[in-house]
Amino acid sequence: MQYRTTKLIGKKLITLIMTLFLVSVAAFLAFQIIPGDVVNAILGTEATPEREAQLREELGLNDPPVVRYLHWIGGVLKGDLGRSYRYSKSMNEMMPVAELIGDKLPVTLWLAALAVLIIIVVSIPLGVLWAQGKSRVLDAFLNVLTQTVMAIPSFFLGILVTYLFGMVLHWFQPGGYVSYQTDFWGFLGYLVFPAISVAIPKIAMTARFLRNSMLTEKSADYVRTAKSKGCTDRQVMYGHVLRNAMMPVVTFLGMIIAEIVAGSIVVEQVFGLPGVGRLLISSISNRDFPVVEILILYITAVVIIVYFLVDLLYRVIDPRIREM
Amino acid sequence: MKRRISVYFMTALLLMTALGGCAGGTQKPSEDKSSLESTVAESSQSTNTATEPVYGGKVVVGIQQDMDSLDPHKATAAGTKEILFNIFEGLVKPDPNGNLINAVASDYSISEDGLTYTFTLREGVKFHNGNNVTAEDVKYSLERASGLLDGTALISSLSADKGGITKVDILNDNTVQVSVSSANLELIYSFTAAIIPEGSGEDSEAQPVGTGPFSFVSYKPQESVVLKKNTDYWQKGLPYLDEVDFKIVNSADTALLELQGGSIDVYPYLTDSQATELQGKLQVLAAPSNVVQALFLNNADETLQDVRVRQAICYALDRDAINDFVFGGNAAVVSCAMLPTMQSYYEDLNSVYGTSGNVEKAKELLTEAGYPDGIDFTIQVPSNYEVHMQTAEVVAEQLNAANIHTTVVPVEWETWLSDVYTGRKYQGTISGITTDMTPGYLLNRFQTESSKNFINYSNADFDATYAKAAASLDLAEKAGYYKELQKLMAEDAGTAFLSVPPITVAIKPELEGYTFYPVYVQDMSVVRYK
Repeated sequence: MQYRTTKLIGKKLITLIMTLFLVSVAAFLAFQIIPGDVVNAILGTEATPEREAQLREELGLNDPPVVRYLHWIGGVLKGDLGRSYRYSKSMNEMMPVAELIGDKLPVTLWLAALAVLIIIVVSIPLGVLWAQGKSRVLDAFLNVLTQTVMAIPSFFLGILVTYLFGMVLHWFQPGGYVSYQTDFWGFLGYLVFPAISVAIPKIAMTARFLRNSMLTEKSADYVRTAKSKGCTDRQVMYGHVLRNAMMPVVTFLGMIIAEIVAGSIVVEQVFGLPGVGRLLISSISNRDFPVVEILILYITAVVIIVYFLVDLLYRVIDPRIREM
Repeated sequence: MKRRISVYFMTALLLMTALGGCAGGTQKPSEDKSSLESTVAESSQSTNTATEPVYGGKVVVGIQQDMDSLDPHKATAAGTKEILFNIFEGLVKPDPNGNLINAVASDYSISEDGLTYTFTLREGVKFHNGNNVTAEDVKYSLERASGLLDGTALISSLSADKGGITKVDILNDNTVQVSVSSANLELIYSFTAAIIPEGSGEDSEAQPVGTGPFSFVSYKPQESVVLKKNTDYWQKGLPYLDEVDFKIVNSADTALLELQGGSIDVYPYLTDSQATELQGKLQVLAAPSNVVQALFLNNADETLQDVRVRQAICYALDRDAINDFVFGGNAAVVSCAMLPTMQSYYEDLNSVYGTSGNVEKAKELLTEAGYPDGIDFTIQVPSNYEVHMQTAEVVAEQLNAANIHTTVVPVEWETWLSDVYTGRKYQGTISGITTDMTPGYLLNRFQTESSKNFINYSNADFDATYAKAAASLDLAEKAGYYKELQKLMAEDAGTAFLSVPPITVAIKPELEGYTFYPVYVQDMSVVRYK
């Protein structure tokens, strides 16, 4: 068993590295194809040929693309994430990508953490309650509500939340934000409503998923066995059904977590949060290749690693998989 | 001989002020705490003496673009310069009427031959680091901007090969003499270039230091630029505010929410529909901008090479309707590359093609040019500019009516820059060109060889007349040449100029003093709480 797990981790690591490499090449190629470059983006309509040439030289854009790519990936392998084309640190030094992203990453991570917390806290009790099927009215209501919420695009949901809680109820200030460096609790406060916007559709999905999963489990043979053994409904529900029903839900939650941690791009835009998602969007606009590359690699890595962790967690919950 | 050039006076249109309710001084509870406290405290003191200006408080200004550079000599984007205006000053600086006023210099003179400028430094001007501005600082700043320091001119109009600075001499502690390579009446505008401490260029990006009414506190990419009051500012009594935050907002839609929610106090780039929505809730002010919007025509295009085709397009446009539809009638329709507010240089050429559309004339010209069935025409529009997108919709409809079968293609701004603007691969495009205070700035780019001549306009008469205008040392004569240039371009239908759109600003009711400039700046030194 010990040996198997080590082997599995080794295999996954190789997959991770291969995927990252392929993704980085794909992103690089994409950047060669899309029109516009960073020099145009920076200088705009006031560009003069002299300034353009000077900037191109400063940024090292005169090297052939392949040389630039090799230079970049060489740096990454040595742990140097490169420097932004767009943002400068001083007159002759561009901003290191690590510094730029490091500053924005906590915003996205905290947003993700809050959202995941809300999802788990709300959706699991909701799913359990729903699966018990005690009231037809409640059933129908939840059915319609979750369907609707899942169908709303997240940017629109963000705008709705802003309008309702921000403009009408004045529970928060739209666009308000303090940096986590100046006031951490204030910062978390500003993240609550964005996190709710991220969480709402996911809560609906998770609750539905859990309910369906529990209904399937309820009709399984072991439930009858447990009942005939003399277990109460409660014991059956929480001791057996829920535990078994949680299996697919864990996978599902894993997918959701990966999605959220990778960047709640749209929600960050709507709420004006300076997170990784916003950085990615503007870096693509700015044609800031080094930043985009690292962000894409980050997102890829997050998705792969979270899936891997789910895989491991599976083994913990379900002993049968360990044997296989 | 001392010359003070008055460029033009700006007519700031006050569309409307906030409706009642604010007169009583009641404050909304959702406000920023610090500003609330200070305004309440100040206003309770000043109720009896209403003339006393209110000091203190903080204002958040929403801006659309991130900084391209904090180095005042390197920054090129209008969206950056409008902010740096608060941190840096040149020897001279613009005032709200379009004149140049003395800033770091208290006086200057230009020699008869126009080749020597002598500046007397103002006494007691201090940098934000506490040091006095010396002649050495001025010399360093001018040499750095003009490229005398290391060979790369950061401000191209100051470089010697463009008629700029060849030599900077320190005559005494407070007098600096600048020699330039050719006489040019408009060069004085380039002396608005920021004066920075000697040797500080290296650090300007991280810690910019200037002499302006506000000093730099912090900058976070994609978030904000924070400035605080310069208590040593040489203009006594300014600025009023203690702190100004320029907050980068993602989109016009979020800006609207943030304005209404109170997390930004001033937003200077409203569209007409947004302005209508905000009226009654906030102060909405409008003034002519320094942008000329046009349907730019690629003169090198196979179909558009023919002057008759270009004229047909000009005739087909109902520019009054565009103004009504897109700008609520608040734009000024123009037919040339000059702002009507630059009165002594502007030539009203709206009668050449009319402003309300002449479809018959357009069809006639097309038939004459050999296109009785009309032409196919593609307009590329930078999609991030809502105003240009809206204009394109109306334009396409109008052109279609005149047998100019128009397709509108929205393109991303960066693509527009590389393909349309730099690459010049397009037929038509709707965009705007901005000017600084120099009257010739908008005409300059249409010389055949100009790198900014993205419409490929080429007219030998135009080039020759421009050269004469540039060399002229007489203002009236120069103005005459500029008018001639506008006429030449209109006759050629070099491009279909549309209008000078208004600039519309939303300001929260508690603030006053916001002042429009003929150039793109946000002067926060005069803004204060009521």
